Amino acid sequence: MSDNLKHTPLHEEHLRLDAKIVPFAGWAMPVQYPSGIRAEHEAVRGAAGLFDVSHMGEFHIEGPEALALLRTVCANDAAALEVGQAQYSALLTDEGALIDDLLVYRTGDEAWLLVVNASNLEVDRTWILSHAEGLELTFDDRSDETALLAIQGPASSGIVARLTEVDLDSIGFYRFARGEVAGVPCLIARTGYTGEDGFELYHDAGDAPGLWRALLEAGAPDGLIPAGLGARDTLRLEVGYPLYGNDLDREHSALESGLGWVVKLDREPFIGRDALLRQKEEGVTRRLVGIRLEGKGFPRSGYPVVVGDEEVGVVTSGTMSPSLGEGIALAYLPLEHAEPGTRVAVRIRGRDLEGTVVRPPFYRDGSLRR
Amino acid sequence: MSEIPSGLHYTEEHEYLKPTDEDDVFLIGITDYAQGELGDIVFLELPSPGDTFARMDVFGTIEAVKAVSDLYCPVAGEVIEVNQALDDDPALVNAEPYGEGWMVRLRVTDPDELEDLLDEEGYRALID
Repeated sequence: MSDNLKHTPLHEEHLRLDAKIVPFAGWAMPVQYPSGIRAEHEAVRGAAGLFDVSHMGEFHIEGPEALALLRTVCANDAAALEVGQAQYSALLTDEGALIDDLLVYRTGDEAWLLVVNASNLEVDRTWILSHAEGLELTFDDRSDETALLAIQGPASSGIVARLTEVDLDSIGFYRFARGEVAGVPCLIARTGYTGEDGFELYHDAGDAPGLWRALLEAGAPDGLIPAGLGARDTLRLEVGYPLYGNDLDREHSALESGLGWVVKLDREPFIGRDALLRQKEEGVTRRLVGIRLEGKGFPRSGYPVVVGDEEVGVVTSGTMSPSLGEGIALAYLPLEHAEPGTRVAVRIRGRDLEGTVVRPPFYRDGSLRR
Repeated sequence: MSEIPSGLHYTEEHEYLKPTDEDDVFLIGITDYAQGELGDIVFLELPSPGDTFARMDVFGTIEAVKAVSDLYCPVAGEVIEVNQALDDDPALVNAEPYGEGWMVRLRVTDPDELEDLLDEEGYRALID
């Protein structure tokens, strides 16, 4: 493995657990542990899994004009957030192209935390800073000093509760609190990327190994196991969450990607708004949809979607769904083929496997309660 | 440490050929190392009895949760049996790569081709 890859503060823990390490967005990340993707996936659906996602980027923006900056560069409306609340948002270009999707946490009256994809971190930082000139605020990229653990699954709450005095029941979905977990100061957020109840714990990188071990030890009796990026991908795909770089990119607008609910077009100007208003008026021509396949064979990113002999789209994410035992995929399809119930096929190495367009999530039995 | 039994022939693509009671008939599968690298195997596309392959032809594909890989026929030959058990339980390839997880039974056309394959030591050197 080439060693210009960055290591998370838990790299030694992953090696000790005999994880398979792969390059991801410039980082050496665990894709799976010896238990395997399927077991890790099932642990998260049935008990709990612990993910190291310290590669994510964390920007802290503070000051009287921080909100003005966020209302300019983010398509969702940060003004709608109370302190202690988070929202999913998007950075757009003037043309409405998606630069990144991100989480925005309101940590104080004039203080915000932005969590961005590792693959876009540099681009995002440059973009945001280019719009911050002259504004009364501070911008602090604390990505390197911050570790992030995600504990996900129905048993998560009970496990974390054993390690903290914080009343977890008082933290609703997309809410967060500050407090110690296993003696480690954390931002405890009820967020995640799996469709299950759970928490994301932001903390100082130096505390990460201690917190990681404490959680694994406390959760072992409940079936908590470490889980890698492989399971993270099958879990997020089963609930239809798009992934930047696969399903989200600059070639497809937020309206086409199903992020229309994120883009608050009825508020004062933000970057990309005019372009999206125009697109909304003209109507989009394609949409990101789910496809559920029948029979044996599994869709992969890049496989053609066909109707009859005509290629109508391309799979952007695809996998075997461990929970459903079937192939599931996301793909951009022209509107005439995008209605749920439409029959389509995915061309898998020259063979057309039949399936149906569905509205994600594919898996609806998660423990997540909104 | 991956298991590499002696007495088998190996390819650089991580297939093995395992001798049977008949001199020119071998079982083909993938090595313990290969199944470990692929992870949970969920589906195999395998040929039919009677199909013939040249050396290093693709004879099938193997799907893990995360990835799909081609299977290469180590030497020329004719398929005389396919392991039907893998239809219902592809994870046999993970559990017993050299046993119940075999894929096809091949009648080898030219036994001399076996000499170009790796032995146990050669294969261990490849993966270490």
